[in-house]
Amino acid sequence: MGKKLIDAITSLKLTVICLVIAMILVFVGTLAQVELGLYETQKVYFRSLFIYWGPEGSDFKIPVLPGGYLLGTVLLVNLIGAHIKRFKFTKKKSGIFLTHLGLIVLLLGQFFTEVFQVESFMRIHEGQVKNYTEADRLSELVIIDTTDAEKDKVVAIPERMLKEGATFEEQMPFKVEIKAWFPNSLPGIGAPKDTGPDVITASHGMGRNGYFRKEPVGRSMDSRNIPAAKLAVTDASGQTSTWIVSAWLSDETLVGHVADQFGDRWLNLVEADQRLPVGNQTYKFALRQKRYYKNYSIELEDFRHDLYKGTDIPKNFSSRVHIQNAKTNEKRESLIYMNHPLRYEGETYFQASFDPNDPHVTVLQVVRNPSWLAPYLSCILVGIGLTVQFGIHLFSFIKKRRQA
Amino acid sequence: MKKLTPWILTALFTLWVASSLRPPKQTTEFDLNAFGRLPVLLNGRVQPMDSVARNSLLAIAGRQVVYLEGNGANGAGWGDLGEFAKQENARPLKLRQWYQFSKHPKKLSALQWFAEATMKPKVADERFIFRIHHPEVISDYDLRELGVEKGGMQWFSYNELTNHFDKFMSEAQRIRDAKKEVETWNPYEKQISKVASSLWLYTRIKNSLKPENSTDFGAELAEFEKAMKPGREAAEKFQSGESYSQEDLDRIVAFVGEYERISRVAYPLIIPPANPQTDPDAWSNIGIELTEATRKDELRPEVKAYGELISAYRANDAQRFNTAVQAFTEQLAAAVPTALGKGQNEYRFNHFAPFSKSTRIYLFAFVLACLSWLNMSDTFRRSAFNLIVLGFVIHTAGLAIRMLLEGRPPVTNLYSSAVFVGWGGVILGIVLERFYKDGIGSVTAAAVGFITLLVAHYLSLDGDTMEMLRAVLDTNAWLATHVVIINLGYSATYIAGFLAIVYILRGVFTRSLHKTTADSLTRMVYGIVCFATLFSFVGTVLGGIWADQSWGRFWGWDPKENGALLIVIWNAIILHARWGGLIKQKGLMNMAVFGNVVTTWSYFGVNTLGIGLHSYGFMEGSFRWQLTFNATQIAIIMIGLLPMSAWMSARSGAMKGLTAPKSKEATA
Repeated sequence: MGKKLIDAITSLKLTVICLVIAMILVFVGTLAQVELGLYETQKVYFRSLFIYWGPEGSDFKIPVLPGGYLLGTVLLVNLIGAHIKRFKFTKKKSGIFLTHLGLIVLLLGQFFTEVFQVESFMRIHEGQVKNYTEADRLSELVIIDTTDAEKDKVVAIPERMLKEGATFEEQMPFKVEIKAWFPNSLPGIGAPKDTGPDVITASHGMGRNGYFRKEPVGRSMDSRNIPAAKLAVTDASGQTSTWIVSAWLSDETLVGHVADQFGDRWLNLVEADQRLPVGNQTYKFALRQKRYYKNYSIELEDFRHDLYKGTDIPKNFSSRVHIQNAKTNEKRESLIYMNHPLRYEGETYFQASFDPNDPHVTVLQVVRNPSWLAPYLSCILVGIGLTVQFGIHLFSFIKKRRQA
Repeated sequence: MKKLTPWILTALFTLWVASSLRPPKQTTEFDLNAFGRLPVLLNGRVQPMDSVARNSLLAIAGRQVVYLEGNGANGAGWGDLGEFAKQENARPLKLRQWYQFSKHPKKLSALQWFAEATMKPKVADERFIFRIHHPEVISDYDLRELGVEKGGMQWFSYNELTNHFDKFMSEAQRIRDAKKEVETWNPYEKQISKVASSLWLYTRIKNSLKPENSTDFGAELAEFEKAMKPGREAAEKFQSGESYSQEDLDRIVAFVGEYERISRVAYPLIIPPANPQTDPDAWSNIGIELTEATRKDELRPEVKAYGELISAYRANDAQRFNTAVQAFTEQLAAAVPTALGKGQNEYRFNHFAPFSKSTRIYLFAFVLACLSWLNMSDTFRRSAFNLIVLGFVIHTAGLAIRMLLEGRPPVTNLYSSAVFVGWGGVILGIVLERFYKDGIGSVTAAAVGFITLLVAHYLSLDGDTMEMLRAVLDTNAWLATHVVIINLGYSATYIAGFLAIVYILRGVFTRSLHKTTADSLTRMVYGIVCFATLFSFVGTVLGGIWADQSWGRFWGWDPKENGALLIVIWNAIILHARWGGLIKQKGLMNMAVFGNVVTTWSYFGVNTLGIGLHSYGFMEGSFRWQLTFNATQIAIIMIGLLPMSAWMSARSGAMKGLTAPKSKEATA
């Protein structure tokens, strides 16, 4: 029984079955992108154990296909198992061995990438210095003690803890309760025409003259969900005030977009006093993109974006930056442009985008991926492996033909 | 004699090809060749006037010639279409019909048409160039009785459409406003937009060398130059409040008003940079140049040269035109030698048209190679092989010249990728033919070469095939590695698929698939699948590494990446199934044919989804062709799945004792 199981697990048949399922999975996972968008498809099809299906409108769901994680694991086990069980290393099979080794490196490398990779971005003006990058799709609620003009004290609450009814009071002289949490929202000015659970206003700050409306969560690759929340803050004396916070208020690009539509009325709202004095201290509330602080800073000296003469075809994008590291006293300059990222302190800065409204702003994609070298290694191993293996076949074939 | 036949055939074809290397024959006394070589800047690159002409006419008319003669209705017979158009009862007009072999209609080359459109627009307005094929558009705009017709397509003249110009423009604008995504437009909306953009392109072309209504442009420029200084002085005095000559001011204002108008419309930038060393990109169009000239009181010699050219052309004075174009060329040779050289080389390349020549040679060779199977004649086989090698040499030359002209690796867009995939396929076929000498390699090479170049031809209808590369693609290192290798992977998968088709069709429908042929086909398919696995894997991973270099992620499940991955997995499945003894010869063949479907999906199919970072080549209309192609492949697989009793070769006993395609790995 055990032997039979091991035979099955290490069999070529299983390899072929897994590969066929992989084809189906990749194909369906490509088609699904039209509807679900890239991000959601990755989650459902490739970063999962099973893909479920059920009749529309019902909660009844059955697994119909193994997901990317499960399939990858089975293939890896099958591959490693087959090598342990049957494979004797001979010169004739050195190619196959190298090829499979390369595949193992690739699969493991991708696994580690999934687990350890952190992606963020840095949006920066010419002349600006930044020592943090921001997460693309994650927000955080921050309660900032702004009393000291030199240095802010920040309590940051990650997005996954922001749920209706959740309360927070550590390191703060008051209790904060999440009254409402909208994963996606749209802003409005003045008093809302209708009220209800899908519209939030507040007693203080921006929420007195503006509101947010709940929106369905968008899934496509280029659409972004912009969250909003309503907070109830209760101090030691039992006095409660309510506030609304949103990325609509903290993200410069978004503020710009809305201001294009509503003009100064919106800018006034954004500037609205979101500060709460408690004793001698002053606190500020904001919902912003999650920040990753660095122990070095980056200054953008110059951003260039050229088009080919007489066309709209971009010729190049490049950002000239200064890296300043106080710890090592390092100061150096680097030019980041297409296909030429900057690698520094385990992170890689890529020229990713720009602000269509402001030619002096660059957007750098920042990736921390400890296993970024795995594909390079794998490509070399598999390339050599397949060449050796097919070379052996080819030479023996030519030799046979010569003799015949 | 039999021995010589292949070589005589090859020599004939070589002569045909060589004939196009000479400068083209003058069809008029005007030295339009020299005009066609003049360098201009368009789409961000320096190119000859000839390329602008060809690509524009292709965009407007869907082909590179304008027919001047055809059939009139009601017994009007054969004659000049322009004349027929003026007679009431000669409508509708038809181009040469397929059975009219004896008729050789007069026609204009793209360059001749372009010369007319830019220098004698009134004449060009009568040419039937605007292609419209949507029946509803034709009836909605009352065009049924107009234009010239052939095979369900109609071509209209500008004069016939001019009443509808505004309506086409406003309708196209409405469609653009209503539906942002081009993919969501229906055929009617696409047709309206296409006509509107053709009309607009034509208007731009007419105003490219001079304002379209200007009659004697050379004389006009002389007047303008005289008016410049007094005009500028009058304007300065007017601004500082001094007394000025109203007459001088009015005169210059009238000129500048018109030049400013065409500065916004003119199509290519025809005036080379004044300081090519310091600012090689500073080309400008005629309108900008003339508007700016008012500040300098004099005209650049290049502007005057164009003025002289145009006046000579309008005056029908060939000698004067030729002298002017020669003098201008010499002037450019001194001022912008690089641009002129580039224009001249690309002009020669356009005229050489290597890929269209290879296409024809491959087709002819394909027929010969198939004939060689019918009567097993070695003469046919050798003729076919020689011709394929000739076609391949021209194909290679074409690729090499393109690379030199662009300064880039062979593949830069979908068009060049099709050309390159064909090239890789032909090499593989030639190698197989050298080994096996049984016509199979030749048939495959010729078929793949012909089909891919045909696909490339249709892709070239989209416009400039040497367009500039967007910033992210602007890296010769990755284009030379990832792109080249992955395209060789496509080639190999297609070749394996076509070899398998040969196996199935010959096995089922003929008695010619003997055991030796079947066994050698099996070895070929296996070998090519190995090759395909190597190239598609390495190419795919290199693509991932490129992505890692340019935006920091190795793999993102983008449709194009997935497509490439599918090819890798499919090839791996074939190899493992074979090693595991799960398939025999027939299974191997059927799987290899399915490889064609997988590759076509990865190559073109994902583009039709219109999503993802790689969706650079959205192609309307191509979807139907993909479906047709895939349907034929599935049909062949169905045939391949028929039981052996239905295979003619098996029934005749030819296939007895097939070697099972099982290698030693299976026992490992």
